Amino acid sequence: MTTIVVDKKYRNTQKTKDRVISIFIGFFAIAWLFPIAWTIWSSLRPYNDVISNGVFSVPKTLNFDNYFNAIRLMKLPMYLTNSFLITIPAVVLTLGFGSLIAFVVSRYSFKFNGALLLFFTAGNLLPQQLVFIPLFKMYLAIGDFFGNRSLLYDSILGVVLIHVAFQLGFATFVLSSYLKTIPKEISESAMVDGASVWVHYTKIILPLLRPPLASLAVLMTTWIYNDFFWALVLMKSDSKRPITSALARLQGEFVTDFNLLAAGAIVAALPTLLIFIVLRKQFVSGLTLGSTKG
Amino acid sequence: MTSTATNVTVRRRRSFSPKDRLTLTAFVGIPTAFHVLLVWVPALGTIGLSFTFWSGIHISDIKWAGLANYNNILTGTPVFWDAIWHNVIWLLWFGLIATPLGILLAYQIDRQIRGHRFYESAFFVPVVLSLAVTGIIWNFMLQPGGFVQGIMGRDISNPVSIYGNYSINTYVILGIASWRHIGYIMLLYLSGLKSVDPSLKEASAIDGATEWQTFRKVILPTMKPVNIIIIVITVIDSLRAFDIVYMIYGSSTGWPILGILVFQNISGGGMSMKGAAYAVILFALCIGPMITYLKQSFAEDVK
Repeated sequence: MTTIVVDKKYRNTQKTKDRVISIFIGFFAIAWLFPIAWTIWSSLRPYNDVISNGVFSVPKTLNFDNYFNAIRLMKLPMYLTNSFLITIPAVVLTLGFGSLIAFVVSRYSFKFNGALLLFFTAGNLLPQQLVFIPLFKMYLAIGDFFGNRSLLYDSILGVVLIHVAFQLGFATFVLSSYLKTIPKEISESAMVDGASVWVHYTKIILPLLRPPLASLAVLMTTWIYNDFFWALVLMKSDSKRPITSALARLQGEFVTDFNLLAAGAIVAALPTLLIFIVLRKQFVSGLTLGSTKG
Repeated sequence: MTSTATNVTVRRRRSFSPKDRLTLTAFVGIPTAFHVLLVWVPALGTIGLSFTFWSGIHISDIKWAGLANYNNILTGTPVFWDAIWHNVIWLLWFGLIATPLGILLAYQIDRQIRGHRFYESAFFVPVVLSLAVTGIIWNFMLQPGGFVQGIMGRDISNPVSIYGNYSINTYVILGIASWRHIGYIMLLYLSGLKSVDPSLKEASAIDGATEWQTFRKVILPTMKPVNIIIIVITVIDSLRAFDIVYMIYGSSTGWPILGILVFQNISGGGMSMKGAAYAVILFALCIGPMITYLKQSFAEDVK
């Protein structure tokens, strides 16, 4: 009897406590989203309105003019295209290469398997700045060798390649730890049946890898799309830059019309926001695969 | 479980056809060569170059410098120590405030308090934004004509300096960085918490443990692998910090931090191997956490 009463009492205090906690966290969540909401709000009104009537004035006009102007004046379609031209091939190549290594490491036992995996994962953790100087020189030298200085330096190809080389570590690690959790019987029966390595990879391993590949694709698209370091240091022509590095420069150029810049920033954020909203599950499980699986 | 399976395959002898051998070699060889050539060779190259004088133009101009670059940085460049100090503050802030807050959030959201789905997304949104976008969004709050200025009653022509004010800009930058970091940690921890056996929590609740006791004595110990990864991420991210500061101050030393010092010395016209030395120092500071991370990640393989 008494224990039940105590239990009920405990549950009730816990309920009130939870409500307080929920309200408290809710308050923070709104504060968290506020800067984004404020930027969107500002992007819908002309900057002149803010200048003449103050920050908190009731807007006279609310429209998408800033967006149309931003798209035109900032050449956003060009930068967005560059972003996609960098991101999509980089993600495809990373996942392709990563799945190859993961396949071999988890399905064939060679002496150097562990070392190889360790090596890839460590490479992913190196600071980008540690790689830059010789990479830059190498890009120029390779370009000169083929008679085209901007083959790799100041080219989309060069940025794609360094993204692939860096992200490969993470992809390999995630994919191989996933494959290790899958029983090898299917692979073994395929080998007994005399399937070639190529058939084994394309017909058995790749279909098995579909879930982690989907998660990784979402995660890496976001990372590579968002990165601006490599494009900043490896490209000198502004017209080749992805939208994130372009924003760093546009910020200075459009300081006189900040609401226009807000519209530009929102446009730049849209692809990743959409990915997150639509493919949230893949996104989260991608992070989980990388961080908690051994 | 996995290890026994591996043993079986090890024992089984296999001979590959020449074609298969070629395929396997290509499968491993091409990606590895690629990774080595673009990541490890340049990384070692930078370490080598940090012991030389070079303007970065002709290979023949490279001159051996010994420890001169490091000596210059450690004794002749006061801004280096400012940068280190900022990295340390960054690390302390992340380690003592932002990361614990992220963990706390994850813990509460995992208990499925009301609105937990919304909260999970709300706190994570900043993580999917590029730091270039984040920089602009926060400029929107803080710049002349921005929200915070408006709250303080300043109009556009009469703003208060926030980024230029040395008594507050550190906190402002760390605040912006936390905006992103807390959500990231929250999600990582949350995914870890979801894998904790719920009966463990129930058992401790039945035993009359308070919430804090449950968290400290039951949750934290079972989450050890995730804890280690989160600590390592906190440390490495604090050391490598670059983007946010770059978006606010450009490549100037308005608020020096190691990542920016490297960038200043390696990009643009004035390339010098002092930049390489900075990069190596940055790398050296990351080695400890890197090894911890690798040890944790590969612990299962060793078993």
